[in-house]
Amino acid sequence: MTVQDAATLRARRQWPMPKQAVPGAPLLEVEDLSVRFRMPGGPSVKAVDGVSFRLEDGEAMGLAGESGCGKTTTALSLVRLLPANGRISSGSVRLFGIDLVPKTERQMARYRWREISMVFQGAMNALNPVKRVGDQIAEPIEIRLGQPRGAAQKRAAELLDLVGIPEKRASAYPHELSGGMRQRAMIAMALACDPALVIGDEPTTALDVMVQAQILALLERLRRDLGLSLMLITHDLSVIAETCDRVMIMYAGRVAEEGPVRRLFSAPRHPYTAKLLSSFPNIRADRRTLDTIPGSPPDLRKPPPGCRFAPRCAHAMPVCTEEAPTEVRFADGVRVACHLFPPGAQGVVASGVAASGIGGGLVRAAALPSAGGRP
Amino acid sequence: MSDDLVRLEGLEVHFPIRGSLTDVLLRRKQGVVRAVDGIDLTIRRGEILALVGESGSGKTTTGRVVVKLTRQTGGRVVVDGQDVTDLWGTGRLRPYRRRVQLIFQDPYETLNPKHTVAEFVSEPLEVQGIGTPGEDRRRRVLDALDAAGLRPPEDFAARYPHELSGGQRQRVVIAGALVMNPEIIVADEPVSMLDVSIRTELLRLMLDLRRDRGLTYLFITHDLSLAWVLADRIAVMYLGKIMELGPAEAVIRSPRNPYTRALVSVSPSTDPPEGEGADERTILVGETPDAAHVPAGCRFHPRCPVAFDRCRSAEPPLFDVGGGQRAACWLVEGASAAAPQPPIATGGDPVA
Ligand SMILES: Nc1ncnc2c1ncn2[C@@H]1O[C@H](COP(=O)(O)OP(=O)(O)OP(=O)(O)O)[C@@H](O)[C@H]1O
Ligand SMILES: Nc1ncnc2c1ncn2[C@@H]1O[C@H](COP(=O)(O)OP(=O)(O)OP(=O)(O)O)[C@@H](O)[C@H]1O
Ligand code: SF4
Ligand SMILES: [Mg+2]
Ligand SMILES: [Mg+2]
Repeated sequence: MTVQDAATLRARRQWPMPKQAVPGAPLLEVEDLSVRFRMPGGPSVKAVDGVSFRLEDGEAMGLAGESGCGKTTTALSLVRLLPANGRISSGSVRLFGIDLVPKTERQMARYRWREISMVFQGAMNALNPVKRVGDQIAEPIEIRLGQPRGAAQKRAAELLDLVGIPEKRASAYPHELSGGMRQRAMIAMALACDPALVIGDEPTTALDVMVQAQILALLERLRRDLGLSLMLITHDLSVIAETCDRVMIMYAGRVAEEGPVRRLFSAPRHPYTAKLLSSFPNIRADRRTLDTIPGSPPDLRKPPPGCRFAPRCAHAMPVCTEEAPTEVRFADGVRVACHLFPPGAQGVVASGVAASGIGGGLVRAAALPSAGGRP
Repeated sequence: MSDDLVRLEGLEVHFPIRGSLTDVLLRRKQGVVRAVDGIDLTIRRGEILALVGESGSGKTTTGRVVVKLTRQTGGRVVVDGQDVTDLWGTGRLRPYRRRVQLIFQDPYETLNPKHTVAEFVSEPLEVQGIGTPGEDRRRRVLDALDAAGLRPPEDFAARYPHELSGGQRQRVVIAGALVMNPEIIVADEPVSMLDVSIRTELLRLMLDLRRDRGLTYLFITHDLSLAWVLADRIAVMYLGKIMELGPAEAVIRSPRNPYTRALVSVSPSTDPPEGEGADERTILVGETPDAAHVPAGCRFHPRCPVAFDRCRSAEPPLFDVGGGQRAACWLVEGASAAAPQPPIATGGDPVA
């Protein structure tokens, strides 16, 4: 699906745009985001370190990388729901041009759930076991939108219908529903306030392949019908390949590579992306080609100097262990942070983009023919 | 010596549904869960046989019968030519347990947080009375840790589970199985909890162990892509029955049963088909089936996109479709039962 025009999508909104919205600003623009976790009596964990990306209206972006590379932390900082010891130490998260980082908890209420909502990792197993599913969806509607009980329950029934749960199942308790149904209920909950962006953190990971296919088809339909933007966090690259327009690969808290799914997966540039792909079992490829990535990701309390992937990288050069690579952007909309692609190299459209990473006068992914994702 | 190491013949495991008190008082008929409902399955010496299927299809139950942790309610289990169907009791099972080991899905549940790695791995030796306490057992434990890729083993022996990564924990579990020097390993979703990179390392370890020790695996997974890269043969289970069985290449590339076809079509891939034919996915609708209410006829018919009259009344057997592939579907009846059977390639090393 091609990314629909932002103006068209915004005109379809149920609620008005936030008052402070900057005209012409993209849906989401994250710049130089860093998050630290304080640790008792030791160095803090640099879980996210200078991450920049941008998401357009109606777009689906996948976020992938090995366990512990900062996917969930990145997502939680967008909705400002970091654990108590976590703190955004620098950077901005601009939604429609409005920076959410300096917002107070009270001010965040206008944006959390209502503009950006999230389906948490493992949430379907965290439903309250002694409460009917319909009530669990109605409750946040009452609280977040201040709607009366009756209206909230009516809305909950509509939402369940939207995600394919028959209305009469609203009175079921979580244990009476299958895993797939519980996950649908979680998606219904995330849609309650008509958000512009839904973040799904491993939304299909524990599910059977057939149920996973049902959920992914549901998300695709919601995106088409409601004009939703999606951020899909998963370690399953094949799920991203099948559902997203763009993908961002993270390694040890930093962006390794980002760009149109088709480009990245067919011709990965970063050695980490290439390794991740070749070590992923692929049912449509030759079966005798499964690769492994030696070693494991670094301890983020004391990350290695230079490129964080260097200790595991087959292409590492002396400079890799000394200097962190800067991000460069190619004409096809892919950006890479790796010394194999120095600023000014062939095909690189602008040098020294590391500081801002995106925006400005740089080539926009959405302007390129290859950037649309699945037709 | 036969090539068939494990043979399940007409295996059946039915669990009684414990009714409520009123059911009992009213003498209401009580149902059964037909977890495994009459399957014939052979695991050949030195092969990796993958058992795939949706949740609740009976994979784990089948695996537990093979390791003799679950009692069958019908059929026979023959291992290496010996009928072990009625072999029960701790003492009598002792030699059997050495030969057949189970690896569970969740290393977090298998490992006791209060025990060191060495304690965990040496426990089966003590239970089975293998080797002599002291240096001999210590040697065996270190060898097993080394074989499981925990090197140097001395470094890992004294650690506790919380001092290990997820992948290392699963390696400890594998070491615990290897220390018995088994011939058959039943691996029940052994890598589904693990990250991609750790996952491929463990798959490679399993293949290395097969090469070096001639191990035979029953590999249980719901992930068809994993079965694809690892297994020599694949058996697809649905509601307690085998729907299709054959060489991995045949089952994945030319599935003959509509259920297998649907599963293959929805298995995501990092290079999804483009343009024409991009959406040939067959997403089955409806609830995941329930083994307490097995439909009559072909048990897949309520969800089958191509079911016809006969499917609703009669259950298809596994028809031979040639090339060592068999499928349970009326549509392949008489397909190529007489086709010559090429030898089936086992061995080899899919992990390049
Ligand atoms: N509350 C916390 N305190 C300290 N460190 C934390 C905390 N939460 C996360 N971390 C660390 O921050 C890093 C990033 O974690 P995060 O949960 O974002 O990873 P992830 O990419 O979502 O991984 P997974 O795929 O396992 O969900 C990890 O090293 C993790 O151990
Ligand atoms: N001890 C038991 N008592 C009653 N029913 C059982 C028992 N063990 C399994 N079952 C039922 O038997 C059926 C098959 O279960 P089994 O665990 O073998 O499936 P599986 O294919 O391994 O599923 P999963 O992928 O979820 O692990 C299910 O309906 C299950 O609920
Ligand atoms: S910067 Fe160097 S070490 Fe890092 S991925 Fe590129 S080549 Fe490898
Ligand atoms: Mg996470
Ligand atoms: Mg199971």
